[in-house]
Amino acid sequence: MSVDVKLEDVWVRFGSFTAVKNANVTIRGGEFFSFLGPSGCGKTTLLRCISGFQEPTDGKILFDGKNMAGIGPNKRPTALIFQNLALFPLMSVADNIAFGLEVRGIGKAQRRKKADELLDLIALPGQGDKKVGELSGGQKQRVAIARALAVEPEILLLDEPLSALDLKLRQHMRTELREIQKRVGITFIYITHDQGEALTMSDRVAVMSEGVIEQVADSVTLYDRPEKPFVASFVGENNDFRGRVTSVSEGYAEVETSEGLFRGRVSEGNRDALSGSGPASIFVRPEALKIAGTATEASNAFEANLLQEEFEGNMRHLVLESKGGQRLRMTLVNDGHVLDYGPGSTVPVVFNPELAIVLPQEA
Amino acid sequence: MKSAQFLRVVLGAYIVLFFAYLFGPLILMSITAFNSSEFPRVTPWDCFSTDWFNVLVEDKRIMTGLRNSIIIGFGVVCLSVPIGLAAAMMLTQVGRRMKSFFYTVVVSPILVPGVVLGISTLIFWDRLGTMFDASYNSVFYNGIFLSILGQSTFVSAYCMLVFTARLQRFDPVQEEAALDLGATNAQAFVKILLPFLKPAIGSAAVMAFLASFENYNTTIFTIVSESTLTTVLASKVRFGINPSISALAVIIVVLTLICAIIHEAMKRQEARRAQAAKDERVVADYASVGRFATSPWGIVLLVFLAGLGTIWLATRYDTASCKMRLQDERQLRLEQSTPSTPAVTPGAATPGTTTPSTTTPTTTPSGSEPAAKPYQGIFAPQNLDQVAPKDEGEAAPAGEGKSDGESKPYQGIFAPQNLDNVAPKSD
Ligand SMILES: Nc1ncnc2c1ncn2[C@@H]1O[C@H](COP(=O)(O)OP(=O)(O)OP(=O)(O)O)[C@@H](O)[C@H]1O
Ligand SMILES: [Mg+2]
Repeated sequence: MSVDVKLEDVWVRFGSFTAVKNANVTIRGGEFFSFLGPSGCGKTTLLRCISGFQEPTDGKILFDGKNMAGIGPNKRPTALIFQNLALFPLMSVADNIAFGLEVRGIGKAQRRKKADELLDLIALPGQGDKKVGELSGGQKQRVAIARALAVEPEILLLDEPLSALDLKLRQHMRTELREIQKRVGITFIYITHDQGEALTMSDRVAVMSEGVIEQVADSVTLYDRPEKPFVASFVGENNDFRGRVTSVSEGYAEVETSEGLFRGRVSEGNRDALSGSGPASIFVRPEALKIAGTATEASNAFEANLLQEEFEGNMRHLVLESKGGQRLRMTLVNDGHVLDYGPGSTVPVVFNPELAIVLPQEA
Repeated sequence: MKSAQFLRVVLGAYIVLFFAYLFGPLILMSITAFNSSEFPRVTPWDCFSTDWFNVLVEDKRIMTGLRNSIIIGFGVVCLSVPIGLAAAMMLTQVGRRMKSFFYTVVVSPILVPGVVLGISTLIFWDRLGTMFDASYNSVFYNGIFLSILGQSTFVSAYCMLVFTARLQRFDPVQEEAALDLGATNAQAFVKILLPFLKPAIGSAAVMAFLASFENYNTTIFTIVSESTLTTVLASKVRFGINPSISALAVIIVVLTLICAIIHEAMKRQEARRAQAAKDERVVADYASVGRFATSPWGIVLLVFLAGLGTIWLATRYDTASCKMRLQDERQLRLEQSTPSTPAVTPGAATPGTTTPSTTTPTTTPSGSEPAAKPYQGIFAPQNLDQVAPKDEGEAAPAGEGKSDGESKPYQGIFAPQNLDNVAPKSD
């Protein structure tokens, strides 16, 4: 039923511009897989390659091991939900949903039956005779999903389908999409520039930057064990101390920064890149920074000036400035203690090497 | 305050003038269709008559021309709309540099004078015909065929412009969506693009037909030995005109009006239906008599009633007896004027036309001398109100003026019929 998709050394060039650089990724059957990256990084281009609207300049796209080169979009077992949905405005909702069946020569009664079934699935029962223009944004969204599901694709491709919706609806649709995926059990390939969407819905996420797939991992790994500086700073918030590596040992490395010598974790993959004394960054999440004395174990310590405090009920966000002039953010859980420091005072800060990540920087 | 009022007056005057300029000739011409006078004119008004419509229908040349025009019009529509559509779609597909080149190629027939298109079409097919040694009855010399081809060269360019305007608003992602859902290219075209283009196809077809129907420059060459309405009318103007042309104009104007009103009505109905979908009360609100009378359908009904009324009037009104009476009056006038010096008949003279009797002979069309009394007498009443103000223009018999009542040269050109009809009866 579900098909895995493999991209092998895929390159896409538009004239002199390279939109996708050497993409290698395997998407497993039945998986909810996301491509996450800032605008213009080549996500849509990659998706168009998978759906068949764009031939890769180089490399192969395999569905279950079968090369898809030269097979048109109407011959692939994919259905694409477009960034702007692309519903057919001149047709009714039911006709939109049944379009894929109509072009396959399926009879009217059967089409209608299928459309009604899908309208039930997307919680719009009995609305098949409406015009597309009479639907709300979220309803259109769901109709687009139903239209794509009607052709019983083995891979559903979704190009930022929620970006046009307001926050509330977006959050609601996230859950709904995930549920639909579980119900139909097919491969979902989802594109977004919203990390919240990617992290909450996906089994695995590929983070892209400027045409390069930086890291493919599940949400927790992406957040806790980023492999690339771009991933570390793009996914969630991070404090970035720059410096040079002084030593590497047993999964840890020490970095000489303007704030002092810090220790942090090093992944297997980055170990070689960090040996020698190349430029590196040590990334620490705002919630990993603590005020000295409150944390039990914290070998990395420095001092910083408190600029400002933002109170958010359950959280306190502190904006600090280090001695080297770097802005930092610290997040404290509000546990009822009154903060001992006011704006302008010097705060002793510590963090656990276990929660700090050392990553090589480009020279 | 004052200047605002003044502005409004000026604006009003401008609008009145503008509409008079636009519709004045049409209205005047329509009126002449109902005057029994042999020459299309409004004053002097002879008798109300619908005979000219009969004359029109019985005019073989006009009817053949009309038939040919319609056939050619349909041919042009069938040829130009697909060509224009294909060209427009091509434009959306090709790259930028290719695009401007292709655009120039397709649009160039609009810029080439119609005469040139006509002549080149004729010569081209004549050469081909000679090459194949074809007879003059073959398609190479068929006026209708050649006219369809010749007109289509530029009409298809018009169509392309209509389609490109519409296609620019087409979201190509729609077509991709159709393909993605498994449609073939042909299915995507038929089910997605064509429905979107439907309004443009309609307007392109109407425009193509009208452009073909009214074309003269190209047709006059490509029509060879046949004729279309425009060529018949043009030749008629040369050999003498009568109000049956006005009758034709009335028919065309009325048809156009009715089509426009129906189109408008359908558009409004659509809008109303869309509105009704949002708010059901609007429908009930619309069902009042006053609204109906001002709605397009109401206007169609009024126009229809007016037409019925005219026909009814026409049947009631005894044109023949009116003509007879007019005849008698003329006779009487003639008898009065022959013995004495040509006196100005008070009834026909308007203030500006009380010319000295001596000028009358010199301005008669045939250049007849004062001695040719009977003719002069017959023409006198008409000449008096039409010729006198135009004294200075008498030496221009080939003048191109369109309005009937103003020029004497036309009187000269078109007079032969008048002479034939009137003179014998006056004896
Ligand atoms: N047909 C094309 N011709 C030339 N350049 C293109 C074409 N399609 C995309 N690009 C370029 O490729 C890059 C990636 O585009 P793509 O649409 O894949 O971005 P994206 O990641 O989907 O961005 P967004 O989140 O804004 O949708 C962009 O810089 C874009 O300008
Ligand atoms: Mg995109």
